[in-house]
Amino acid sequence: MAAVLSRQPLDKATVSIPLGRIYIIPERCKGCRFCIDFCPRDVLVETTEMNAKGYHYPIVAEGKEDECIACQFCSILCPEFAIYTEEIVEEETAK
Amino acid sequence: MPEIVVESHPIDTVFRTDRLPHIFCPGCGIGPATHAYAQAILESGIPKDQHACVSGIGCTARVPGYMDVDSYHTTHGRSIPFALAIALVKPEMEVTVFSGDGDLFGIGGNHFIHAARRNVDINIICINNFNYGMTGGQAGPTLPLGARATTAPYGNTEPPFNLPYLAAATGAVFVARWTALHVRQLKEAMLRAMQKKGFTFIEVLSPCPVGFGSPNDIGDAIEEVWLYRERCVVNHDAYLPDLEIDLRRKDVPFVMGNFLDIEKEPFDPLAMMKNKGE
Ligand SMILES: Cc1ncc(C[n+]2csc(CCOP(=O)(O)OP(=O)(O)O)c2C)c(N)n1
Ligand code: SF4
Ligand code: SF4
Ligand code: SF4
Ligand SMILES: [Mg+2]
Repeated sequence: MAAVLSRQPLDKATVSIPLGRIYIIPERCKGCRFCIDFCPRDVLVETTEMNAKGYHYPIVAEGKEDECIACQFCSILCPEFAIYTEEIVEEETAK
Repeated sequence: MPEIVVESHPIDTVFRTDRLPHIFCPGCGIGPATHAYAQAILESGIPKDQHACVSGIGCTARVPGYMDVDSYHTTHGRSIPFALAIALVKPEMEVTVFSGDGDLFGIGGNHFIHAARRNVDINIICINNFNYGMTGGQAGPTLPLGARATTAPYGNTEPPFNLPYLAAATGAVFVARWTALHVRQLKEAMLRAMQKKGFTFIEVLSPCPVGFGSPNDIGDAIEEVWLYRERCVVNHDAYLPDLEIDLRRKDVPFVMGNFLDIEKEPFDPLAMMKNKGE
């Protein structure tokens, strides 16, 4: 049941939610799931594939391609420095 | 947009990438804390070649080996005397000790209290995983009452150190505690510590699924992180004697915060000697 918002933030028209692009270094991942569990937008899931050491690294979940807000929490939390994100800038998205 | 596979990370500039991946177990809290430290180095405004990272022995003590700054992996418990010497002889260096609870407060405890008393201009980052991780999960001076370790199979009977209280009582000018999940607050605390002159102390409560989680029926690293997260409260004005960690008493929260931030003359014996000669 989705709650219907009757009130909107005053600056809603001027504020845009950032969109992030996710970069992954699969061979560094040790499969701890921190990035998956603590992403505020539940953007990531484990791959079925394994890296050379047998760990399931994260990928973007189906249907969540436009959900990353580039908050970078996964990036700074990852114990292996195996994931980071960048905000996609306006001009680029306009193309 | 699907993920993009790459081979390097923007933070790599602060790491010796030829040494990666590091030796830490999956989900070990040393990783996020190291990442926060690397980010703080980048944001500190202090050039990389003016940072020094010093450790003793232990899993945590491996960290300087991965940092692309001047780094010293010293003997067990002796990181602080090495760091003190660097800070005194090269005052332009930003000296950070990055080591474990056993190293800093077991074998190295005496160095800690006297460096704090003198207000030596160094930063101490202590990864507190409540045990000697590297040597197989023995009980250390921070093991909570009742918690099990390989050398405390029936549960710990010794009261542990309350590290923020100890640091403040012995003379630190900045004292903070965060968990390895509080990466942003941790980075901010590290930045503040780097700005400050004098002895600063940051405790990082950190999952060690192998040494601490397993004997205490905590399934894996993520379960340990959730346990801390659920019991955490942030209170910068907390009464420091109350910061004890007791896993058995679910009514007692784990208190996080930047508890102390004061100014005090840092230790500078060389300047004092010079002034006397004039
Ligand atoms: C003089 C000396 N005594 C004992 C040891 C064995 N030893 C190696 S690491 C360690 C404890 C490290 O514990 P901690 O500082 O908490 O680091 P962690 O591995 O938990 O990060 C001990 C006792 C040693 N290397 N040298
Ligand atoms: S940047 Fe934030 S929103 Fe994007 S994947 Fe990482 S944690 Fe999730
Ligand atoms: S946080 Fe890092 S190591 Fe852990 S699963 Fe995600 S990418 Fe892998
Ligand atoms: S034994 Fe514990 S402290 Fe050492 S690397 Fe493994 S999880 Fe980390
Ligand atoms: Mg330890």
